[in-house]
Amino acid sequence: MEQKSSQHLSRRGFINLLLSGGGAALLGAIVYPMLRFLIPPKLPEATSSTVVAGNLDEVPPNSGKIFRFGDKAGILIRTPTGEFKAFSATCTHLSCTVQYRSDISHIWCACHNGHYDVNGKNISGPPPRPLEEFTVFVRGKEIVVAKKIA
Amino acid sequence: MNRIKLLLILTWLLVLALGYRPVFSLNTCVECHKALDEKNSAIVEDFKKDVHFQRGLSCNSCHGGNPKIGMENPWESMNPDQGFVGVPKTSEVPQFCGRCHSDVEFMRKYNPKLRVDQEQLYKTSVHGKLLRKGDKKVATCISCHGVHKILPVSDPNSPVFDVNVPHTCANCHANTSYMQPYKIPHDQFEKYSQSVHGEILLKNRDRSAPACNDCHGNHGATPPGLGDIASACGECHSNNRDLFDSSPHKQAFKENGFPECATCHDYHLVMKTSDDMLGVGDKTVCSQCHFDSESKPYRTAFQLKAKLDSLKNSIRLAQNLVEKAEKAGVDVAKAKFELNLAKDDVIKIQSLIHSLSLERVAEVATEGMNKAQVVQQSGKEALFDLKLRRIGLGGSAVIILILAFGLYLKIKDLDSRSKLK
Amino acid sequence: MKIDNRLRQIYQWLDERTDLKKVQALLLHKTVPQHKHTVWYYLGGMTLFLFTVQVVTGILLLLYYRPSAEQAFESVQFIMTEVKFGWLVRSIHSWSANLMIFTVFLHLFSVFFLKAYRKPRELTWISGAFLFFISLGFGFTGYLLPWNKLAYFATKVGTEIAGVIPLIGGFLLDFLRGGTEVSGATLTRFFAFHVAVLPMTVTLILVLHLYLVQKHGMSRPLNDSTLRPLPDMPFFPNFFLRDVLGWTLALGILVALASIFPWELGEKADPLAPAPAGIKPEWYFVFMFQTLKFLPAKILFMEGELAGILFFTVLFILLIFVPFLDKKANLGVSSKPFVTVGWMVVAFILIMTLLGYLL
Repeated sequence: MEQKSSQHLSRRGFINLLLSGGGAALLGAIVYPMLRFLIPPKLPEATSSTVVAGNLDEVPPNSGKIFRFGDKAGILIRTPTGEFKAFSATCTHLSCTVQYRSDISHIWCACHNGHYDVNGKNISGPPPRPLEEFTVFVRGKEIVVAKKIA
Repeated sequence: MNRIKLLLILTWLLVLALGYRPVFSLNTCVECHKALDEKNSAIVEDFKKDVHFQRGLSCNSCHGGNPKIGMENPWESMNPDQGFVGVPKTSEVPQFCGRCHSDVEFMRKYNPKLRVDQEQLYKTSVHGKLLRKGDKKVATCISCHGVHKILPVSDPNSPVFDVNVPHTCANCHANTSYMQPYKIPHDQFEKYSQSVHGEILLKNRDRSAPACNDCHGNHGATPPGLGDIASACGECHSNNRDLFDSSPHKQAFKENGFPECATCHDYHLVMKTSDDMLGVGDKTVCSQCHFDSESKPYRTAFQLKAKLDSLKNSIRLAQNLVEKAEKAGVDVAKAKFELNLAKDDVIKIQSLIHSLSLERVAEVATEGMNKAQVVQQSGKEALFDLKLRRIGLGGSAVIILILAFGLYLKIKDLDSRSKLK
Repeated sequence: MKIDNRLRQIYQWLDERTDLKKVQALLLHKTVPQHKHTVWYYLGGMTLFLFTVQVVTGILLLLYYRPSAEQAFESVQFIMTEVKFGWLVRSIHSWSANLMIFTVFLHLFSVFFLKAYRKPRELTWISGAFLFFISLGFGFTGYLLPWNKLAYFATKVGTEIAGVIPLIGGFLLDFLRGGTEVSGATLTRFFAFHVAVLPMTVTLILVLHLYLVQKHGMSRPLNDSTLRPLPDMPFFPNFFLRDVLGWTLALGILVALASIFPWELGEKADPLAPAPAGIKPEWYFVFMFQTLKFLPAKILFMEGELAGILFFTVLFILLIFVPFLDKKANLGVSSKPFVTVGWMVVAFILIMTLLGYLL
């Protein structure tokens, strides 16, 4: 009788261990993802319609910078007169990524020597149409680029 | 007094309103020709849409005569004394139009931007030269622009609007019997419609693609000479022209009388390029001339293609990784962005091929391979992220099973105890 | 032992103020009848568990979701890709929603066939019927919120059906859409319903439903010679632990589904794009959708679609009044025609759903 009871007890002890251990682990497995979910991610905003293209000091007049806009490339340029402009950096000819050429103040595609002026208009070479233009805002030191709403 | 003023102003406004709208105000030409047969009345109707009429010109501006007289006797107004010139002969059409269109002073009144050298250019064209020799079948101004319903070039209904140009030229040039005496091909339109340019212009109605006139010239329509083909193509494909000019092909083609770009890309039937054109296989364009496997050009062709292929391969590997991760729901925007940069280098090489410089191609290929490497790396990282999810799932499954097992035992235990009672 | 004392003190303190002992006694005395249909008793609890999952994950999603046509899709994409475990939370929310609708259906039909709605549980049934409608409402409004192509067009078609109703159809359409077209205004409306109106309503009715269930206890099936009742099982802890076991397994299934088959986001809705082929509503609406498609253009004097809507409306109203229609159940007798109609409805729903996916 004595023996049986102690056996019983150890069996119940084991079950209770399983229950408390399993319960605690599950609670952890539920609470941990929830807490991580609550912590805001590094990028505080959904990124599809606006993106920080760079800082003011990164783009002196007559220069340009490629930035990432989702999975596409964008180009931020500052015209020789100091104005900010941003375009899709995807060349309208064969979708290469364009760049800014300070020597001629053109946006230029290296693949087939296509030229666009600082307004994104195709002016020479094979590009059939202008680059898609984005809207540029300056927020403090940051330059924010947004898709134009049609 | 005020009432009179008002009346004057109103009258003046009325005059303005009438004056701004072109109207046939009692015009002998119109009144008579409208009453004649169908053909003549159609001319009157057509002319109302004509740009010349829209800009205030009338029948007599070209044909002379006096439309203000002759209501009783039409021959009065159609009298050479009244400056009547009538219908020009085919051979006279260019001069006929040129009376105004070659006159700088006159044209400036209407459109200062409009060129005035059309007649001069036309004289240099094949059409113009044949016309001077007395051939009446060749195209003159009206063959392309129409006669009494001449629309501005910018009007989509105009026969010389970009998209309509190939059809307009084809009216004669695709006509076998019409072209027969000239002994020139008549399949240009058919070939052009299948070409990459024709596809874009005719099917997509995208005006950025060239029509006939963009290579052959507008009024000075002449086939480009053998050595001028690169210049014609280079108008748009300037990069490839420059690269071609710097390549050994430039001199070699000239010596052998090969038509530059058209040697590989054909003319009229300029198809969308493919990498299969390159290298040393049977169907490549290189192998048309370079079939000696010992020769240097043969080896260069082989190596150029190999460089391009290896870059494309490593991009494909990277792309597969990225797509796999994307399908699994991992954010791959950055990797795709980087992948696009690597793809640029493929396009750069496809252009650089024209230089035949293995060195330059190899340099870009290496750059591209490095970029593709980076993407492959981020693809692998993305997939690792996915693996983590699986590990997490496995972990939580173990925990849940342990708990479930514990609960099951507990239930058994409880049940057996309640039965004991 | 000190801790035990302390706990007892707290318990006493609470009991003096809230009658905790009574609640405890209620739980301890509650029993569950044991027979071969006992398994159906778990469905209510399972639905409640899935509903709780919905509330928790729903609140989490609310922290990042933005209800506007410009940002809804992007914010869900953001949750899925940028927020840690966002993919998990959103996938669980979607999967749990579908499983919950499924258990709601099962719960409804099991109660129907076991005739658990008979006196004195009429109100329990009626509150349950309303909970069923609200669940469908949750599904319909929630489906649009990610603002993807499929949801957009499914909502367009779904709300169009409301417009067919005579007299009030036009108003109803405008009311649902917040305008003449499915637009950003529809999205904010659906959002308001999904996170405010429906949760509030569901909470009130659910409290009533659960109170009635506790008050009347578990219903026993009608006297049936084939049923051999076993001794009743104590609700606490025996039955409750079984419930917990079920929930634990359900959680495991949810996590597995969410990890292995993450809920797809699809493409962003574009109101100007042509409708994609094969638009289907969520699976639980397919049987209605398919029926409407099968109906001829004209039935008697009215439009086919209208007749279909009328049919389902009548069906739903009849559903509410089931306890009063089945008079035999109150006498403890199973009504043959009633059971037959029940099976016909089940067969109809199954066949129409199947056809909806096969055709």
